[in-house]
Amino acid sequence: MKSTFLRLLIGMAPVVSACSLVAAPLHEGDKPAKNIVAPAEPNAGLKLPAGFTASAIIEGLSRPRHLAVNKNGDVFVKLEKLRDGKGIVQLHLGADGKATITRAFGNFPGTGIYIKKGFLYASSDEEVFRFKLDNNDNVADETPEKLVTGLISRNEHEAKAILVDNADRLFVNIGAFSNSCQEEDRKKGSMGQKGCPVLDSAAGIWQFKTDQANQHYGDGIRYATGLRNVVGMDFNYTDNELFVMQHGRDQLHDLFPDLYTEQQSAVLPAECMYMVKKGDNAGWPYIYYDELQKKKILAPEYGGDGKKTAGENAIDPAIAFPGHLAPNGLLFYTGTQFPAKYRNGAFIAFHGSWNRAPEPQEGYYVVFVPFKDGKPTGQWEVFANGFAGVDKITSPGQAKHRPCGLAQGPDGSLFVSDDAKGTIYKITYKGK
Amino acid sequence: MKYFLAMGVLLLVGMQTALAQTKPPAKAPIKSATVTKPIPGKATAAGGLVASISRGKAVYTQYCLTCHQVDGGGVPRMNPPLIGTDYVKGDNVRLIKVVLQGFSEKVEIEGDTYSNTMAPHNFLTDQQVADVLTYIRNSFGNKVKGIQPAQVQQVRASLPAAK
Ligand code: HEC
Repeated sequence: MKSTFLRLLIGMAPVVSACSLVAAPLHEGDKPAKNIVAPAEPNAGLKLPAGFTASAIIEGLSRPRHLAVNKNGDVFVKLEKLRDGKGIVQLHLGADGKATITRAFGNFPGTGIYIKKGFLYASSDEEVFRFKLDNNDNVADETPEKLVTGLISRNEHEAKAILVDNADRLFVNIGAFSNSCQEEDRKKGSMGQKGCPVLDSAAGIWQFKTDQANQHYGDGIRYATGLRNVVGMDFNYTDNELFVMQHGRDQLHDLFPDLYTEQQSAVLPAECMYMVKKGDNAGWPYIYYDELQKKKILAPEYGGDGKKTAGENAIDPAIAFPGHLAPNGLLFYTGTQFPAKYRNGAFIAFHGSWNRAPEPQEGYYVVFVPFKDGKPTGQWEVFANGFAGVDKITSPGQAKHRPCGLAQGPDGSLFVSDDAKGTIYKITYKGK
Repeated sequence: MKYFLAMGVLLLVGMQTALAQTKPPAKAPIKSATVTKPIPGKATAAGGLVASISRGKAVYTQYCLTCHQVDGGGVPRMNPPLIGTDYVKGDNVRLIKVVLQGFSEKVEIEGDTYSNTMAPHNFLTDQQVADVLTYIRNSFGNKVKGIQPAQVQQVRASLPAAK
């Protein structure tokens, strides 16, 4: 009912503005549309720094997640919900700035998609595939090779983000099928499992080969562990380091009301960016990072009280963000289109929070993190906002759009997916 | 957006008038944190329906709101809405079991699947479970008969002993 209602409202938007109830002045040269078409809101409704523009190149895709752009500027979109039985669509941008679907293939839904050295890689929640690309970077064969199979997907943090590095190593995130490894997941007061067994098969980044079919866990390496759930990850190719964004644990107040207030629970723990090297451990579920105290804190499930520190061997975040913003996309910007300060810095797509309630929700924006010498400078700024379409969100369903995936076009434009209404945005720099 | 909302309400009202003969008026679930006016004359134990709903709201706020949200709208693809779902409106026993046993299965709820774990809330008393279910059945635009503590007790007794 709610979504029908919202859809109705959105459907009505053009009618409303056509009746000019909304006092949007026509720009010079603009002619009132004869047929009622969706009004081009400036920058597709996004708020951007000066000199940037945005447009919605397509709308209404079924839960577009991660994106990959080929050398011709075509965008491959991984869908979390099949569209006419297909899980990947190829978008081609027309001269009018609108994209058309030129091809749909891959019969599996999922999140991950990545292009590397003549192959398009894509994941379902249990498997990783790759499609051979031809000389024009189009898919040469719609029947993929299955590279990895049998990955754990248990109704929590199922999305498998993927990356391939210059040395042909395939990296796959396997999210924890648990919030904080309690004996009873998300049950008030339930304590942590000793020697958390989730870590054996999830809550980490696994490494597989790109040239071997049907690999199972045993064929891969647990590259890094103690990462609760990563959806956004990317290489900083300036020095070939793997960076990941972790979704921090939920519900500190719900589960341990005597130790955390609702206000503390809304902002803690931090959403962390980690630079991950082979063998690293980020400490989940035993610790979390508190961005206010700037410390690694023992989790309440393992005897913590909100103050006791722990995890001396766990890595520290490269930069920490306020809690629950849900980072779903990470991209190092290597283009030259945007001003120099953006080069080799990181964009992060924050999907937006849910477990800040009853406090207002936060996120639903794309952030920029400047880097210097391969490390974040420590400052970050909201780069693109306005996806939600409302100023205050008390319930996530109110957000019209939710940023998820990021990709860079060959001309240096930035693409952002929205998995709520299925919009793909293109952000370009036009200068002052 | 405010304009659109206002227009939406206007249009909805218009549509309702047009459809008045055939359909019951639709409710605007957007701001449905408000409790639907209870059906008079249907009392629950311990002080009647109104009291049960108000106690249930407190239970909801403490134990359910983070996931199912203040408006019962849930979180897209994570936590299902409690607005007009078959689970909320349907079989009492099944609904009571959701609370006592928790829920984490890949099943479709009104056409979507949800990826999160709802823990068993068997630490709530029979009265609390009855109250919270009576609250959700009379909130967010829902208008369904409440649940009695005795019904919860019966379902609890039928379940394998909790840990
Ligand atoms: C940790 C988050 C969480 C909490 C807390 C929680 N739920 Fe749920 N609830 C869920 C999820 C997730 C599902 C669906 C599980 C699935 O589809 O696998 C669900 C399903 C339900 C359903 C059936 C489906 C529907 O939408 O009608 C009802 C009813 C329900 N919950 C009521 C409650 C009540 C009442 C409380 C508080 C006593 C509560 N829940 C607390 C997450 C939660």
